[in-house]
Amino acid sequence: MSTTTHTRTHTRTHTNTARTARYQASRWLTLGVLLIASVYFLAPVWWLLVASTKTSSGLFAGNGFWFGDFALADNLRDVFTRQGGIYWQWLGNSAVYAVGGAAGSTLISAMAGYALAKYRFRGRELTFNGVLAAVLVPQPLLAVPLYLMFSELHLVNSYWAVLLPSTVSPFGVYLARIYAAASVPDELIEAGRIDGAGEFRIFATIGLRVMSPALVTVFLFQFVAIWTNYLLPVLMLADDHLQPVTVGVVGWQAQRALGPGAPPLNIVVTAAMVSAIPLVVLFLSLQRFWRAGLTAGSVK
Amino acid sequence: MTTALAGRTAPQDRAARPARPARHRARTVALFLGPFLLLFTALYLAPIGYTLYQSLFRMHRSGLGLSAPTQAFAGLGNYATALGDPAFRGSLLRVLLIGVVQVPVMLLLALVLALLLDAGSTMFKRFFRLAFFLPYALPGVVGAIMWSYLVAPGLSPITAAAHHLGLDLSLTSDGMLGATIGNMLTWGWTGYNMLIIHSALQAIPAELGEAARMDGCSAFGIAWRIKVPMIRPALVLTTVFSIIGTAQLYNEPAILHNVAPNLSSSYTPIYAAYNAVDANDFNLAATESVVLAVLAFALSFGFLKLVQRRGEAL
Repeated sequence: MSTTTHTRTHTRTHTNTARTARYQASRWLTLGVLLIASVYFLAPVWWLLVASTKTSSGLFAGNGFWFGDFALADNLRDVFTRQGGIYWQWLGNSAVYAVGGAAGSTLISAMAGYALAKYRFRGRELTFNGVLAAVLVPQPLLAVPLYLMFSELHLVNSYWAVLLPSTVSPFGVYLARIYAAASVPDELIEAGRIDGAGEFRIFATIGLRVMSPALVTVFLFQFVAIWTNYLLPVLMLADDHLQPVTVGVVGWQAQRALGPGAPPLNIVVTAAMVSAIPLVVLFLSLQRFWRAGLTAGSVK
Repeated sequence: MTTALAGRTAPQDRAARPARPARHRARTVALFLGPFLLLFTALYLAPIGYTLYQSLFRMHRSGLGLSAPTQAFAGLGNYATALGDPAFRGSLLRVLLIGVVQVPVMLLLALVLALLLDAGSTMFKRFFRLAFFLPYALPGVVGAIMWSYLVAPGLSPITAAAHHLGLDLSLTSDGMLGATIGNMLTWGWTGYNMLIIHSALQAIPAELGEAARMDGCSAFGIAWRIKVPMIRPALVLTTVFSIIGTAQLYNEPAILHNVAPNLSSSYTPIYAAYNAVDANDFNLAATESVVLAVLAFALSFGFLKLVQRRGEAL
């Protein structure tokens, strides 16, 4: 405050140079802080990339942040051939869980969100409030009771044990409702009715099409949530041929504590690195939809 | 124009033929909502009910284990057992402590980064936004494995760097485990929170900042007095999500345990409940889950009430 009144008494040129200098200083300070922050966030990932190119002994020698003996090809071959090539199966399982669960939950969320937005019925507010409350329930808390229930129903150790819980997404219903309410015009639905189309046909031809950007976001969120999930599948799946890649890789890491015959460190690191690639690609290529979902969460 | 349309508008239409559509609509709504409600009841509400039920019973095994175990009502006995267990109480306290220290640090960092990115003069915005967000794009398990090696004795480049400086730094010692896990969480989630806050910042009309600048308000003043109050909903949301996230802490300590055997296997409440499942003590697992859920709910709901009252006072 005092500085501004002070500069105002000076001539105009003086004011401008002082302002420009201060502006430049804050500009460089901002850039410096952001650069330090990006080193903090990027350096560990760089370490992971470099580590996945090293031999087992190379990991323990030399600079962790620069390349040594370049053994990426050998590491990859080892990852994909170990235990009869089970890594392929883990990736395939992850894809089945993530694509199947996300597709199912997107369709179910779209139908529920559309109904909550476009029809008036008793219990509508109650249902929507229930959905909102469920967004706040920590998912891992449900994993243990789900395991107990599924083991009584003899559903554990099957694809369904992971697929079924993955099809429910309260956040997806929330997002679909918000978007349907804002973007599907009542006039269009009414016009469809006058043309004699059934309610489901109106939803399938008009609703789904108008809602498609939001549905891509719902699909993405759920896909990522399932691909990265660890606690639920590790509880449900004892058979390692059913496990997703997260559980498989952690399993390899845990074996190392048990001694000989376990995958060497560089193999665990390479396996972890490879399992992240599909998600990173998905994130980078579909940024627009990501931000749409996050924004929807922040303007309640 | 208006008269021509009036005959076709929805309210009149509904009034004209109420009986058939109302019945028809009810069936349609049931069809649309049915699948979700069915799965939601079976996979959300039922587990919650089942956990409550399980937490009130206890298995009794006969001495030789030859006959099938029987289940008996235990009242609040399991709760007394769980809360009387120093290991479980310790896990609750540990998570609380991590939350009280880590959540504010992470959200403050996220807020500062979002404000800096939002400032008009900042260069390379796209690059920074991507760089900060990258950790969130990595599966949590991969991030945890990566950090477990970055702090592991004998492998850690951080320990090696400290050694060069003449410092003896072990990141997996009992005293450092909390800080190490806090760092893993901060690294993984700051970018996510920053993006939510940044999205909210971008929704603020640019004229507001312009007007304040004309009035001689500094960039810091604009950020603190105008932008931060306007993005309160985003800050509240990220805080509640962070509280819930901390309550369910499991992956990071479980994976760190593979390189730090000194890390207790009841380090966090979920970890303890998972171990109870492993030991076939389902009743205890259920009880511990309920205790944690109640605490997480009380904390996030309490926080919402707290900021709500403050909001009304303002």
